[in-house]
Amino acid sequence: MKVPVSITVNGKQYDKMVEPRLLLVYFLREELALTGTHIGCDTSSCGACTIHLDGKALKSCTMLAVQANGKSVTTIEGMANGEELHPLQEGFHMEHGLQCGFCTPGMIMCAADMLKNNPNPSEEEIRHGLEGNFCRCTGYHNIVKSIQYAAKKMA
Amino acid sequence: MTYIGSSVKRVEDKRFITGQGRYTDDIVLPQMTYACMVRSPHAHAEIVNVDISHASQMDGVVKIFTGKDTDAAGIGGVPCGWQVDFKNGDTMKEPPHPLLVSDKARHAGDAIAMVIAETYAQAKDAAEMVIVEYNVLPAVTNSKIARADGAPQVHADVPNNLAFDWELGNPREEVDAAIAGAHHVTTLEFINQRVICNAIEPRSAIGHFDTAYDKYTLYTSTQNPHLIRLLMCAFVLGIPEHKVRVVGPDVGGGFGSKIFHYTEEALVIWGSNQIKRPIKWTAERSESFVTDAAGRDHITTAKMAFDKDGNILALSSDTFANMGAYLSTFAPAVPTYLHGTLLQGLYTTPLINVSVDAVFTNTTAVDAYRGAGRPEATYLLERLMDTAALEMGRDPAELRLQNFIAPFDGVEQEGYQTQVALQYDSGNYAPVLKRGLEMVGYEQFRADQKAAESTGKLLGIGFSTYVEACGIAPSAVVGALGARAGLFESAQVQVHPTGKVSVYSGSHSHGQGHETSFAQVVADKMGIPMEDVEIIHGDSDAVAFGMGTYGSRSLAVGGSAIVKSIEKVLEKGAKIAAHLLEASVDDLDYAEGKWTVRGTEKSVAFGDVSLTAYVPHNYPEGLEPGLDFSSFYDPANFTYPFGCHICIVEIDKESGVVKVKRFIAVDDVGNVINPMIVDGQIHGGLAQGIGQAFCEGAVYDESGQLVNGTYMDYVMPRADDLPSFEIDRTVTPCPHNPLGVKGAGEAGCIGATPAVVNAVMDALKGYGIHDVEMPVTSQKVWNIIHGG
Ligand code: FES
Ligand code: FES
Repeated sequence: MKVPVSITVNGKQYDKMVEPRLLLVYFLREELALTGTHIGCDTSSCGACTIHLDGKALKSCTMLAVQANGKSVTTIEGMANGEELHPLQEGFHMEHGLQCGFCTPGMIMCAADMLKNNPNPSEEEIRHGLEGNFCRCTGYHNIVKSIQYAAKKMA
Repeated sequence: MTYIGSSVKRVEDKRFITGQGRYTDDIVLPQMTYACMVRSPHAHAEIVNVDISHASQMDGVVKIFTGKDTDAAGIGGVPCGWQVDFKNGDTMKEPPHPLLVSDKARHAGDAIAMVIAETYAQAKDAAEMVIVEYNVLPAVTNSKIARADGAPQVHADVPNNLAFDWELGNPREEVDAAIAGAHHVTTLEFINQRVICNAIEPRSAIGHFDTAYDKYTLYTSTQNPHLIRLLMCAFVLGIPEHKVRVVGPDVGGGFGSKIFHYTEEALVIWGSNQIKRPIKWTAERSESFVTDAAGRDHITTAKMAFDKDGNILALSSDTFANMGAYLSTFAPAVPTYLHGTLLQGLYTTPLINVSVDAVFTNTTAVDAYRGAGRPEATYLLERLMDTAALEMGRDPAELRLQNFIAPFDGVEQEGYQTQVALQYDSGNYAPVLKRGLEMVGYEQFRADQKAAESTGKLLGIGFSTYVEACGIAPSAVVGALGARAGLFESAQVQVHPTGKVSVYSGSHSHGQGHETSFAQVVADKMGIPMEDVEIIHGDSDAVAFGMGTYGSRSLAVGGSAIVKSIEKVLEKGAKIAAHLLEASVDDLDYAEGKWTVRGTEKSVAFGDVSLTAYVPHNYPEGLEPGLDFSSFYDPANFTYPFGCHICIVEIDKESGVVKVKRFIAVDDVGNVINPMIVDGQIHGGLAQGIGQAFCEGAVYDESGQLVNGTYMDYVMPRADDLPSFEIDRTVTPCPHNPLGVKGAGEAGCIGATPAVVNAVMDALKGYGIHDVEMPVTSQKVWNIIHGG
């Protein structure tokens, strides 16, 4: 028993039939092959699946695809403007904010929302803002610097 | 050119920051099916019956395999890659580790059936309907209890659950006598608790049997594709190695847990030939918790003896090492040759004896986790040092300085022969500690510590100095110690006609940035731009052979193999250049991408030589065309990085909350190719080491359930739990490899843990306690302060 959904992802509208139990993260990864959004846990704890829903950061494993019906999603694949990287993408590159890269899309999506609400965060605010996202590689040190880089660039 | 030593930004970043990384679970093959494992919820239970009749009929189900099927197919279990025999010479107990168990489950999470369906959701639905009848048995999870008489037997033919016992160093009687006669003895009994590696990418494997070519492909989240191929072909499935391709694509962190050959890899490969369709299996996080090999899990009693001046006289240690239910790939080496051999530390201790009992329990297997044995050794030594300093009323930094081995560079002075088998290559220990003291502002800290007393806060400082062993080798030596594999590395440097270079490395990058740092080495050594170099790794059809990445070995061993191949390329290139320049090879210099006749302006560029090698019209007689060389590099020795970590904690007396205020790390990893990448490796290691000290740890209940087997329950450091790190280094080159590098992947994790615990103990020194068990939670600290 599939149901229709219409979800706009990275500016493009997709009309699909999905199982009502399908999580948004699987919709993105499997229905749309947007595999930049990752799955790191089954308890909504890691943040690897973070996307934007109508402009706000959200863990896409906490929501069903049907709940996103009619809404607009941005994923990591939609962050760059053609060849021009988003300042956060650039920041993560310049400040070595990633190692294995698995947490990175979620980190960038989380940080983008953070900077929208607080364009000039302190280190403490950045660390607090990343509370929902695990990184096992970087010790967060350079992730903080990456976000500071982007904040400066966007100022 | 000077790429080496500069913080070149990573070339691999682009795909990751734009969401184009390609991890195993991202790969979709035509006709692919999905597997879900039926796992035992019990830690120890006989399997009475497995009923798949209903599940088999469910929507989308393609096939269900049980242990009966794998038994009938004559499939072996996953093998252990390291043999450590008993002290008395008896062979290590190595009970089989079946892909699917048919007789009994030996840990919660042991796989009983593999359900394959058109979608993962369907496979999971059907897995829930596989009805398994169990006869639940008493379980044992603690290695000391498991070792005792009367404990539940994990394997029927392993008495006292003892896989092997092991001893190293000076005779025990001599060590004990020295301890008995010493002026001061510090004794610690402690648990180095089990931690879960928790790479953020869960393990994943896709098996594909291509009927057109009779060839298998395994995509798997592994740190060492060739090793998986060898183990799986030769020991598990008995399929020809040349008919199997193993690809480790982008891998989302490893930290050891993705070294090992896991049952699911062999299952999806075998199953894909049975059903003639690809099978993907991806772990859910809670599955990772009960199936990824874990780390540490030692119960240790250690004694360090001193004379009246504070000189160390002797060290003894006795450890129960938890192996889990089966021997994982490198498990036997971890508490023995990677732990016991490190107990010299940086000290001149003249007498050392270490003994280890390796014990089976009803828990998930334990194997190498970032540092693998060396963090345990460092924890043991460095907790002893700070405790001894406290007991003897000595300054912990001074006590260390007094006992350090004198500097030796391995060139002018010989390497340092330890009491526990190893010979250190080069070391200069005092400067790292002195630099650390300078950075922390030691005297000022002691003043601040006093001043804080009136504020309801307790400040503490903890030290840890370490020496570790990386780039485990040479093959003949590790073979004599029980390794069933060689520990060399291979690399091919392929120069294209246009002078561009493809390098095929047997090392595997899963966050380490090899595509950048290796390219820096190649570009510098060959005098060409980095853009002209590509590093290829992780695919057994592209890379001829490889041993993979673990034990901080990639640059020291894999990088050295690349350098060897470059030397061969340049040697042959010189012959071609000499021909073109009508000069003698001896009269040529190679620099900045061209060969020049010494003392003249006459030169020929690298690109012209490479083109000539492939279009050999005007060519040296008798020389083969082409410019393409492979090398195998087997190191002369391990490498021995060292360092000093200093932690400052602040404890809120009222709540017991421990905050890591500052963390200073001064590491010496030999020469550094890319400082930015090395710093990143240190940061990540520190976070994991600090995590073990104050928040991480697997908790089992009496029945053998892992009670904190999710990210909600298992506490890992988050961004707001950690400070920004203050790091620096000294450089003592490795004397025996061409790059002078030692390895940086694990150093942070090796040194950090005891520094944190020592800091907490320093903060709590007014409370008359001797030790605190990791993880040092607020609750434990509150109890100490408030006598709870
Ligand atoms: S996968 Fe969504 S929070 Fe972990
Ligand atoms: S970069 Fe690997 S988990 Fe963050």
